[in-house]
Amino acid sequence: MKLTLRVWRQRNAQEPGAMATYEVDNISADMSFLEMLDTLNEELTLAGEEPVAFDHDCREGICGACSLVINGDAHGPERTTTCQLHMRSFADGDTIDIEPWRASAFPVIKDLVVDRSSFDRIIQSGGYISAPTGTAPDAHATPVPKPDADFAFEHAECIGCGACVAACPNGSAMLFTSAKVNHLNVLPQGAPERETRVLDMVAQMDEEGFGGCTLTGECATACPKGIPLPSIAAMNKEWLRATRKVRR
Amino acid sequence: MPDYTQYRTGEPAVDTKAPEGPVNERWDTRRFQAKLVNPANRRKHTVIVVGTGLAGGAAGATLAEQGYHVVQFCFQDSPRRAHSVAAQGGINAAKNYRNDGDSIHRLFYDTVKGGDFRARESNVHRLAQISVEIIDQCVAQGVPFAREYGGLLDNRSFGGVQVSRTFYARGQTGQQLLLGAYQALSRQIATGGVELHARTEMLDLIVVDGKARGIVARDLVTGKIDTYFADAVVLATGGYGNVFYLSTNAMNSNATAIWRAHRRGAYMANPCFTQIHPTCIPRTGDHQSKLTLMSESLRNDGRIWVPKAEGDTRPANQIPEDERDYYLERIYPAFGNLVPRDIASRAAKNVCDEGRGVGPGGQGVYLDFAEAIQRMGRKAVEAKYGNLFDMYQRITDEDPYTVPMRIYPAVHYTMGGLWVDYDLQTTIPGLFAIGEANFSDHGANRLGASALMQGLADGYFVLPSTINDYLARNPHTENVDAEHPAVAEVVAETEDRINLLLSVDGDRTPDSFHREIGELMWEYCGMARTEDGLRKALAKIPEIREEFWRRIKVPGTGEQFNQSLEKANRIVDYLELAELMCLDALHRAESCGGHFREESQTPDGEAERRDEEFSYAAAWEFTVTGGAPVLHKEDLVFEYVHPTQRSYA
Repeated sequence: MKLTLRVWRQRNAQEPGAMATYEVDNISADMSFLEMLDTLNEELTLAGEEPVAFDHDCREGICGACSLVINGDAHGPERTTTCQLHMRSFADGDTIDIEPWRASAFPVIKDLVVDRSSFDRIIQSGGYISAPTGTAPDAHATPVPKPDADFAFEHAECIGCGACVAACPNGSAMLFTSAKVNHLNVLPQGAPERETRVLDMVAQMDEEGFGGCTLTGECATACPKGIPLPSIAAMNKEWLRATRKVRR
Repeated sequence: MPDYTQYRTGEPAVDTKAPEGPVNERWDTRRFQAKLVNPANRRKHTVIVVGTGLAGGAAGATLAEQGYHVVQFCFQDSPRRAHSVAAQGGINAAKNYRNDGDSIHRLFYDTVKGGDFRARESNVHRLAQISVEIIDQCVAQGVPFAREYGGLLDNRSFGGVQVSRTFYARGQTGQQLLLGAYQALSRQIATGGVELHARTEMLDLIVVDGKARGIVARDLVTGKIDTYFADAVVLATGGYGNVFYLSTNAMNSNATAIWRAHRRGAYMANPCFTQIHPTCIPRTGDHQSKLTLMSESLRNDGRIWVPKAEGDTRPANQIPEDERDYYLERIYPAFGNLVPRDIASRAAKNVCDEGRGVGPGGQGVYLDFAEAIQRMGRKAVEAKYGNLFDMYQRITDEDPYTVPMRIYPAVHYTMGGLWVDYDLQTTIPGLFAIGEANFSDHGANRLGASALMQGLADGYFVLPSTINDYLARNPHTENVDAEHPAVAEVVAETEDRINLLLSVDGDRTPDSFHREIGELMWEYCGMARTEDGLRKALAKIPEIREEFWRRIKVPGTGEQFNQSLEKANRIVDYLELAELMCLDALHRAESCGGHFREESQTPDGEAERRDEEFSYAAAWEFTVTGGAPVLHKEDLVFEYVHPTQRSYA
């Protein structure tokens, strides 16, 4: 198929960017979206132009590196990561808009590449269980009820891609933060740091400049891993509980 | 220049750190022999860790917990994206929670045998011992392993073994273990114990007075080339499977760190030992940029078959039961669909070579769940493999619940890597290699669910114990002088290489060269290798290298975010590594594990190992680009698991 691409080009964080238009031809329906961009980049390279920069790595939907807003949707029309989106989701002759994640807490580095280190800092503020190597009791010492283990897993699936933030009209990171809080707070191993975890992570989230949550639910719709919207409610409950319990 | 294949055999490689005594006491013995660093002195030591996967993430966190100052690097934007994240199936541990006859000794035995008797007994036994501690550690960190209704951990079986010792978190075990390590690392970043440099790629190693003292790295955002100094350097940079262009590795996984270390004096061991994974989604066309693995755990319930007749193009569901060949069950009745990876891959290649392959180009075999769905019900299959089925459907647009999956082998893992002693130290003092980056414990073939085990064993438990000995014997005295000639030379070489790449301004893209070398390697150094083919490849590689430096085109500049430059720079190293892989494959005129030499097979087509001549690890020493390397043999001694021709029939 033949497509028209309108791509955000921005040389670096300092200079302003703009949309640029490119035509690509001979695109196969079996190609992934990123392979389609590879094709464009090969052509640009041979023409002596700089290829379009975009983050990607595993290309199997698990590393969370890829991050494109496609026709206004984070990761495009299917509920998956951009790398797992295939060109069969588009039709011959389509015009496709490709933009980076848009959020003040994710500044653009170049073209479609953004800086998501704010997510790392949220995890650093409390998204862990303090268990120095060598201190662990036998794995069966503490049974975990299966519903709790499943709940933890469902939230631990977050890949940290940032689609939730990109999709949110407020640029909020509530879904990302709540996924980690819920994963760890439901487990018996996470109990000792349960209160400080949620308080510190929410405080860090605010400090990073993410917006507030107005429960529009766009985040959960865009999430390629299906982190559910009630995750946010569960975190709010944890936060309330913690503010009552902890005297800081 | 002398012929590359005219290598010289030098002094044997000797593991001077290997302790003696009964195999189950050696790790304790070594830990007791090793010198320690006083807790108060540890903060004076800086350790560089390159890579943040299971091995690197675990090592960085643990070293910082011990009090060392860790400076850590990853080329990704976050440590959480290291490619360990993509491991699906599980992690082995000899917990014997199933009461099915498992033990540390059995895991040790299975791993030595699975590796086709090309790994060290001491190392493998240590790995089996530590496996149980890993599970404890990960559970304590909150890794959400699959559990049963009673709240206890669930297990499943995996290829090459007859017990259920694999712990898993649905099809995302690697992700969950990596997040555990990442979170432990994040905790140390917050305390200041780890200084993290993300989007920063190591481009060379700094060796001063014979010891590894730092690295040269490029900030991928600004393009700035900087030096970083330390008392020891740990490479946890993964494998080199991307030399094949198409592999299950992440797009940016590369060999630069280990290859640069090799050029600086670290021996490279068994580079030809590559693992071709049997269950990957077949390629669809020339646009293909990578291959996707379908977890080996699928072989627990899926049945592999091809039509009995050549050229049978009927859809799978129209081929009656008696016209199907469940070839693994037929040839290997004891292990059936769960034979080790090398055997399953080769069998798939054989039936496809016979013209019985399925799908486009006949490069595929069926992995069929119809019987499992009938036996367990669709719901149970969904619970066990749902995410893998979804992934398959997304990529192929076919529904594996109703149409059998099509799979084909693809490059997945490299057993070869930097040669290390029992302490995981390379031949450069102060340079350590952990995880897939070292030549490791898997011999000539790695068993499923063992990579996660080894990465975490090295990172959490082995390296943090053994590195103490080196640091205690080399106490921190003074910082490296940035003006030292050895430093200036490495920096200048790095800058020259970058500038040269940018200045050629030829007419071929980096990807076109990567694809070319990859296709050559897959053809001649892939699933089956011959002397003729390897010689052809060895003749061709220098030509590609020469053409590369004449025709490469890298747009942009070095002082910016430049992904073309990153790629081109990695290809420079692939073009040298490929040559060594072919030479290693050529010199090892036997078949073992993932290395199948067509000249060395039994009458019924199984791999024929030749222990009298090749029971050694081949450690290669670099001389000059394109010049013959020097071979150092490390003899392998088997006191506990006696080499036999592997049988899974």
